[in-house]
Amino acid sequence: MKYVIVGAGVAGMAAVEAIRSVDLAGEILMVSDDPHGYYSRPGLAYFLTGELHDKALYPLAPDPQKIKFDHLKGRVTRLLQAEHALEVDGKARLTYDKLLIAVGACAVSLEIPGSKLEDVVKLDHLSDAKKILRLAKRGGTAVVVGGGITALELVEGLLARGMKVHYLLRGDRYWSNVLDRQESHIVEGRLQAEGVMLHHHAELVEITGRNGRVNGVRLLDGRAIKCDLVAYAIGIHPSLDLAANTALALDRGLLVNEHLQTNDPDIYAAGDVAQAYDPLSGRSVLDSLWNPAREQGHVAGLNMAGRKTAYLKSPPFNVTRLAGLTTTIIGAVGRGHDEDVLGIARGDSETWRDLPDAIVAQSGFDVNHMRLLVGERSLIGAILMGDQTLSKPLQKMISNRADISSIRGKLLEPDAPIADLIADFWVGWRKTIAL
Amino acid sequence: MSFLNHFKNDANRRTALYAGHVVADPSRCVQCGICSYNCPIGIDVRAHVWRDEAVIKSECLTCGECVARCPRGVLSFVQTDLFERRAG
Ligand SMILES: Cc1cc2nc3c(=O)[nH]c(=O)nc-3n(C[C@H](O)[C@H](O)[C@H](O)COP(=O)(O)OP(=O)(O)OC[C@H]3O[C@@H](n4cnc5c(N)ncnc54)[C@H](O)[C@@H]3O)c2cc1C
Ligand code: SF4
Ligand code: SF4
Repeated sequence: MKYVIVGAGVAGMAAVEAIRSVDLAGEILMVSDDPHGYYSRPGLAYFLTGELHDKALYPLAPDPQKIKFDHLKGRVTRLLQAEHALEVDGKARLTYDKLLIAVGACAVSLEIPGSKLEDVVKLDHLSDAKKILRLAKRGGTAVVVGGGITALELVEGLLARGMKVHYLLRGDRYWSNVLDRQESHIVEGRLQAEGVMLHHHAELVEITGRNGRVNGVRLLDGRAIKCDLVAYAIGIHPSLDLAANTALALDRGLLVNEHLQTNDPDIYAAGDVAQAYDPLSGRSVLDSLWNPAREQGHVAGLNMAGRKTAYLKSPPFNVTRLAGLTTTIIGAVGRGHDEDVLGIARGDSETWRDLPDAIVAQSGFDVNHMRLLVGERSLIGAILMGDQTLSKPLQKMISNRADISSIRGKLLEPDAPIADLIADFWVGWRKTIAL
Repeated sequence: MSFLNHFKNDANRRTALYAGHVVADPSRCVQCGICSYNCPIGIDVRAHVWRDEAVIKSECLTCGECVARCPRGVLSFVQTDLFERRAG
């Protein structure tokens, strides 16, 4: 059996380990085009702020001495489904019996006049992060556009590197389809306190330059801002080039069933590129999250090696820092559309915007803030900002659909002490369930 | 307090020394490496987390550096049960 895995991200690596746990003899070949190989993409944010050295970003990849597989550097340029073959760098050909497409997603590019200038940057790869640091060394002023977590990571990274930062928002607040008004306000207030200049209803229409270098931006309403660098994070899209001109079923990502299999039984997809079927909601959704990518890679690998395993999507979950404030986002918490992001952003899940009719229980202000989305019998989502004591309990309660009927009424009373109620409930509930 | 202080290499969030060992919740981990990077004796905490193993190494100082610095709340101490240890 010959397995080929395209992409050396976490999904690809998890698949290698899973295949080897079942099939000790088959040949495994991984092909990837990132010159830096396998590293932690979420860690790029900490590399930008200076908390990490780039060498520290490389996680423990499956050790080729212990887990036998071959790694080829190159870009897969064509998939020839009928021949079970791939073309690498436009020439070399290789064949597969089972193929995993784990090519991830990439930033939606900014298409306005001036966006191809040298000092216009995004944050997809380690090479992007290195370029940002090189440019930020010169000091000066940066303009950041976009939304979601990555835009803030850019703001924080540039600020930590000593640049003056303007942050442009198209709408009236930050991350409006995941955070509520108060939460956006908390984040914006903290950014302003650090000296970030926020501009609402700011639509970037042109980046101006001189001698190939950025010297400013122009907004739709005529405003102009002088700057030396423009960083954007306006959303990502699954990398679907390989699926072009094939018979693979596509929607926004590569469509896969609960075994992570595409409509071609010998081709699987996992990670940011896959739009995975969720048996609970009956829909196929995109995530851009590290742990789901790892889980999907693992399940795809097992299935490729013949061990039939279903992927059960757990409620998407992220712990991140928003303007320095540790924030946990679990399950369904928002809805609608965010003007700053096209489709999905990094560290994001479509499920977060899938809020069914639920009632909100909310408490706290400023740095210790909690919002719970209360369903009929269980919690369906939560946001926790600041103190994280209840982060793990809430994650477990939501993913296990703990029956909260006994405290539901109290949670929904005005000014209910929801943190105490959850903490007390947790103490009793955890004993009833093997965690 | 300025949030930029989060990015500085001081360790004022350090947890006190503990009779215990470091355990992980791998589903929260993004393999960023901050824990391994900051371990004063070079234990690869991140690799333990990937394999869902506790750090039960006699060299571990239980200094709490990795627990305090992990930005995702992956790591925590569990108190070593001294009674069980004696019994075992
Ligand atoms: C700045 C940033 C911040 C993030 N923050 C968070 C966060 O807070 N929390 C969280 O959970 N997730 C976060 N993520 C998302 C997380 O990193 C991804 O969900 C995860 O890395 C997806 O893994 P993957 O294996 O699917 O794809 P990737 O890691 O993108 O790997 C894809 C691989 O495919 C290769 N490739 C692509 N096309 C080809 C081709 N044609 N031929 C050969 N090789 C190819 C690439 O070189 C790469 O090796 C963040 C990501 C970024 C960039
Ligand atoms: S610091 Fe936390 S998230 Fe980062 S690798 Fe270590 S355990 Fe994982
Ligand atoms: S507790 Fe201290 S010595 Fe032990 S693994 Fe963590 S950082 Fe290293």
